[in-house]
Amino acid sequence: MTTEPLLRVENLTKYYGSRLGCADVSFELWPGEVLAIVGESGSGKTTLLNSLSATLEPSSGRTLYRMRNEQWRNIYELSEAERRFLVRTDWGFVHQNPADGLRMTVSAGANVGERLMAVGDRHYGHIRDTALDWLGRVEIAADRIDDQPRSFSGGMRQRLQIARNLVTGPRLVFMDEPTGGLDVSVQARLLDLLRGLVGELGLAAVVVTHDLAVARLLSHRMMVMKDGRVIEAGLTDRVLDDPREPYTQLLVSSILQV
Amino acid sequence: MNATAQYNFAYLDEQTKRMIRRAILKAIAIPGYQVPFSSREMPMPYGWGTGGVQVTASIIGPDDVLKVIDQGADDTTNAVSIRAFFAKVAQVATTTHTGEATIIQTRHRIPERALGPGQTLVYQVPIPEPLRFLEPRETETRKMHALEEYGLMHVKLYEDIARHGRIATTYAYPVKVEGRYVMDPSPTPKFDNPKMHMSEALQLFGAGREHRIYAVPPHTEVVSLDFEDHPFAIQHFEEPCALCGAEQVYLDEVILDDAGGHMYVCSDTDNCETRRAAGHVGALGVREAAE
Repeated sequence: MTTEPLLRVENLTKYYGSRLGCADVSFELWPGEVLAIVGESGSGKTTLLNSLSATLEPSSGRTLYRMRNEQWRNIYELSEAERRFLVRTDWGFVHQNPADGLRMTVSAGANVGERLMAVGDRHYGHIRDTALDWLGRVEIAADRIDDQPRSFSGGMRQRLQIARNLVTGPRLVFMDEPTGGLDVSVQARLLDLLRGLVGELGLAAVVVTHDLAVARLLSHRMMVMKDGRVIEAGLTDRVLDDPREPYTQLLVSSILQV
Repeated sequence: MNATAQYNFAYLDEQTKRMIRRAILKAIAIPGYQVPFSSREMPMPYGWGTGGVQVTASIIGPDDVLKVIDQGADDTTNAVSIRAFFAKVAQVATTTHTGEATIIQTRHRIPERALGPGQTLVYQVPIPEPLRFLEPRETETRKMHALEEYGLMHVKLYEDIARHGRIATTYAYPVKVEGRYVMDPSPTPKFDNPKMHMSEALQLFGAGREHRIYAVPPHTEVVSLDFEDHPFAIQHFEEPCALCGAEQVYLDEVILDDAGGHMYVCSDTDNCETRRAAGHVGALGVREAAE
């Protein structure tokens, strides 16, 4: 067991001009831990996720990451080459819309293999075997390996995107509404798969979602955001079963019961 | 008074030639790197070799001997026009013999006869960016070159193998120059890729529409990309040239009739003519100066 966190966020603030994106966010993420960020549209969830994943540069604050060599680095001070290498090896990013994270015009196998080739794998047989293995793990039939994701359903595309991200064995994965836009039965299957993979691989993950059920199923801890600020944070079951803030109480009571 | 308009030597004005020469020098200093330059309008359409013509115009001198080939042939429209152009605007000697030329402007072939020191090969390039069809953003491809992120190039080769069982790219086959930059060798057949490796001649590439010049200096490593278990291989021909009997050369298929008749002949016309003059005869050839 590691006794050190993987990610340490200190007073992260992002302004778009004079308008606030997110303010003063601080937290620590531990290896193998899944953190959900919930809140309504416009609450700053995605701004926070993009800042954490170095897609956006924050206005102030730091995000420290423990690299594989155990060194703590502020990700905004990495050189562009280091950052891009980190993003495609030790990190993953699962977009809400799979088309943003996949290459739609190359085959599923190449989508999974791209990261391997990017880090120098030059053996076709090995790349293909690894791609087949990963397609199997995300429950995509082996005979679809040479098909383009254009011919895949939404749920399959999302699973392919997950395989593509996990193939290099990242330690940290960012997910932006991973089940958004999928119908409920496909959502359930995807969540089941994600939960299995996260547990099996010991991944740390930051999951942005507006769906409290997703947070309940996937995450250990959650943060509730409103107007760019974190208003409540804690263990997922505690926050959902015993919400403290009025806004969180409102969110929890807004869940549709069937 | 002379009735016809007078051009500067080799058509381009001296300032433009200086600018292009600077780009060429930079390109030679960084083998395989695409140097932007301010491409000029030339009296011919894009796609006819405006990039190559500007490079040739910038390096040509009164003592040079120019050869121009188009798909290996000296006698096709593009080659004839460009040769005539320089004969007119630079009054230089022209030739069809590879060995006699000091500058060879080419579209899509490297001559079969090995080039020597002092010779310069000028390529006409339509699309200089090898990553173009994989990554449409120029800002991104430049960054990928800068950071040596070439995994995507192998994605293309992977797709070839997945779809065709082998690397099916036959022309514009990507190469790595001096262990650093991945370069598009212009649409030459991959048959010619090995000739670029450690060549004694200077190789210059001009892309007029795309405003890019790049270069491979003499004695530079040029390695075709491949997979360990699917190594790079050049095209193979079953039969020799029907006219001169040459083997180990690149052949063109020529249709003879509408009943499926065809023959394979040298794509490099100078190589074929030289061999026939020396007495080599292929299956369908006629002995030169017979009786």
